[in-house]
Amino acid sequence: MSYVPHTDADRREMLAAIGVGSVEELFAVVPESVRFPELELPEPLSEAEVLEELRVLSDSNADLDHLACFLGAGAYRHYIPSVVQHVIGRSEFYTAYTPYQPEISQGTLQTIFEYQSMICGLTGMDVSNASHYDGATAMAEAVIMAISVGRGKRRKAVVAPAVHPQYREVVRTYTQGMGVQVVGDEDLTADIGRLAERIDGDTACVIVQVPDFFGGLDSPETLSALADAAHRAGALFVVSVDPISLGLLKPPSEYGVDIVVGEGQSLGLPPSFGGPYLGFFACREEYVRRMAGRLVGETVDSQGRRSYVLTLATREQHIRRERATSNICTNEALCALAASVYLAALGPRGLRQVAELCYHRSHYAANRIAQVPGFAVLDNRPFFKEFVVRCPIPVEEINAELMEWDILGGYDLGRDYPHLAGHMLLCVTELNTRAQIDDLVMALRIIGEGGGE
Amino acid sequence: MTEKLIYELSRPGRCACFLPRTDVPPVELPSEWVREEAPLLPEVSEVDLVRHYVRLSQLNYGVDTGFYPLGSCTMKYNPKVNEEACRLPGFAQTHPLQPEDTVQGNLKLMYELQCYLREISGFAAVSLQPAAGAHGELAGILIMRAYHLDRGDTGRSRILIPDSAHGTNPASTTMSGLEVVQLKSDSRGNVDLDDLRANLDDRVIGMMLTNPNTLGLFDEHLEEVARLVHGAGGLMYGDGANLNALMGIAKPAALGFDVMHFNLHKTFSTPHGGGGPGSGPVGVTQELARFLPGPVVVRVLDEEACTCRPDDEHDEFCYRYELSQPGSSIGRLKAFHGNFGVMVRAYTYIRMLGSAGLRQASEDAVLNANYLQARLKRVYPVPYERPCMHEFVLEGRLADAPGIRALDISKRLMDFGMHPPTNYFPLIVHEALMIEPTETESKETLDAFVDAMTRIAEEARTQPELLRDAPHTTPVGRLDEVRAAREPRLRWKPPAA
Repeated sequence: MSYVPHTDADRREMLAAIGVGSVEELFAVVPESVRFPELELPEPLSEAEVLEELRVLSDSNADLDHLACFLGAGAYRHYIPSVVQHVIGRSEFYTAYTPYQPEISQGTLQTIFEYQSMICGLTGMDVSNASHYDGATAMAEAVIMAISVGRGKRRKAVVAPAVHPQYREVVRTYTQGMGVQVVGDEDLTADIGRLAERIDGDTACVIVQVPDFFGGLDSPETLSALADAAHRAGALFVVSVDPISLGLLKPPSEYGVDIVVGEGQSLGLPPSFGGPYLGFFACREEYVRRMAGRLVGETVDSQGRRSYVLTLATREQHIRRERATSNICTNEALCALAASVYLAALGPRGLRQVAELCYHRSHYAANRIAQVPGFAVLDNRPFFKEFVVRCPIPVEEINAELMEWDILGGYDLGRDYPHLAGHMLLCVTELNTRAQIDDLVMALRIIGEGGGE
Repeated sequence: MTEKLIYELSRPGRCACFLPRTDVPPVELPSEWVREEAPLLPEVSEVDLVRHYVRLSQLNYGVDTGFYPLGSCTMKYNPKVNEEACRLPGFAQTHPLQPEDTVQGNLKLMYELQCYLREISGFAAVSLQPAAGAHGELAGILIMRAYHLDRGDTGRSRILIPDSAHGTNPASTTMSGLEVVQLKSDSRGNVDLDDLRANLDDRVIGMMLTNPNTLGLFDEHLEEVARLVHGAGGLMYGDGANLNALMGIAKPAALGFDVMHFNLHKTFSTPHGGGGPGSGPVGVTQELARFLPGPVVVRVLDEEACTCRPDDEHDEFCYRYELSQPGSSIGRLKAFHGNFGVMVRAYTYIRMLGSAGLRQASEDAVLNANYLQARLKRVYPVPYERPCMHEFVLEGRLADAPGIRALDISKRLMDFGMHPPTNYFPLIVHEALMIEPTETESKETLDAFVDAMTRIAEEARTQPELLRDAPHTTPVGRLDEVRAAREPRLRWKPPAA
């Protein structure tokens, strides 16, 4: 059984119509020495057996339904309203291809148009594309677009050390063949104030993250000043944002941003061990023809009815080939649909409420942890839902002990920032109850005391 | 039939969610950070939201709606059990940065999937990082580039690409900072060997080849092509978009390829989602393994868990699984470990089919395409008349209906309740209609398609306006694409007060 419907009688009839005696004959062109290899794969399973095998694998993980999760660092646990799953579970959506035939794809096309509208509404930007693979690749595409805006003459990207370490790595992977210099994060201890020094006439863009990887917020004045410095040098200002934070925080359009990117996983997608996620990408109108990815636009049909279609495709690989703005083809359309349903379900007030819950609860947690002997919260800047805690014993040891309490502890910053060894990045969302936070505080107190012995 | 925008259903004060109350003391946000104007998002009730999206879904056509013979896209049936599998809580509700000992189930699944893909393709190593086919291409080209640079050969900057290739191939090449050299195809749809020889020198990084190619044809000189490219010091990149023709038929590594990406969302039955998410793992030979994007999953002997005596054979409980960055990796291609949810679906598919099932899938995919080609070549011109693999190309033009184009035929097919083939691709065929039926379609479905295509050919002669004005039965008619591009309206804006 291979989900194939043919009976042997069907196959015989079809072979006769083709005029060959066997299926094997159709493969005569394949070099005989390598034709029909035996594949050594496990024996096939029935549906019940495969689900049982998968359940065993799934159960051998410690999952977030059974842990109190204080881990973020780029992937977040937020509540997903039930409607999200039901909508993206409609197989008219999930079994469709890219909507190249608009007459029978208005569902996908209109949902993307609505998604683009919501991303613009959230970020305050003029245009949004239909999605990227994730926040990191969206950032890499922003660099490539900035180089294109600079007509290829500017070959430098200045990136803040407090941008997600994996995002910085992806930017470097993407641009390694293009002769692009990625600078600004050589000294990982440098703060955002030092970034302006790195901007020069060769700079295509300046990239920061808001809130940054440590959860902290630099003031809008600081960010505006950096935007001005970038613009004075003829460079673009790129910001990666947490979309949930925008329910509460000033949007990037208000501090001089040219391109906004970010990870949309928080908007209705489960953490799913790292993917599939959603990279969103929005920018100012004047750069629309240099954007990567798909765009849906409004038009009319032959009878004048409002309808939607993929547009400005001359930027894309299937038309422009080696002169395309990017090679992206498949994107994360279904994830974008999930994000749209999430944003529509919450609306501006619901999103604000989620953001406020994150803000209040994370501050409650920080205040309580700051009182635990041996622990200190780095609170020199405002933060949104993540904050840095200095720990009395190695983070890895704390996390191992927290697991005994069914608590998933924070991210060990020493992995990426040597000067922050012994520092943990904790994340608190609206799903962390006060009781969970109190448990964490109690656990840290006991672990800290144990470590002090 | 059209549907209002969700913004037009919005009324201030409505909401479709129930959120927890604040149970901690509120803390004031610094005033400089306060958002003055609420984000422009719709406000709808839950029932209005659900009806809106259900109505929109009904304007869509998916594999679950009907026949979807979209060439090079492998629109096979997406098994429902896959969807159940990826939603198991241990998969969906695990964080990518959890300690490795708390996600051994995930890592084992990824490790096994790497092994299955290695076995199917014949490659020595696989990375599951790339999120889509084009992302896998970027990985593969950067690997080839890194390989030459690593051995001190800095003079190579060219990638050879046949004129029948997917647009992503040249676009991925440019993104890697390399130069595209386009090769001609010969009269039988193969790579033109003379053109290949003329362009092979020590500036060539390698060649990107889709095999079977986008004409659905297996290159008759494949071994010679690989020999020539390797002889010039170049590497062979396989575009795995068309792997559905080859499972258990031939291993790409044995055909001479050094690198290849897989499209889990084509060959391995994961749904296309209206344009994604996909997953584009990349496989390489032993020589290239250390350049793979990472992390990859490795299996190591767990000294603590293993109780074997020296002569015992280890069983599965003796190992643990770890994430590891290959030694000379081109780097990370996305945050975290790839599109894991898509991997779970592909794993499920491979486990259910096994070796014989995969070969059966490829055989029937090729059988179905040849059956359609054999029946339709009497109705429409076929540019290359020889057995095809899993897809084939027709010319959508008829000598006695000169005003009719491939586009008209495609649009008319919608009135028969079918999705059109891929149009105007590959570029080297006039009025191309590229047809890939896949193995999951029955003979009755294929016959109905032949009937529809035959009737459309008759209509082209007798009632050409039926085609030119088609489709007639879809939610909307043909769209004004020029207008969309000339005056781009890319988002909803509130009506001016």
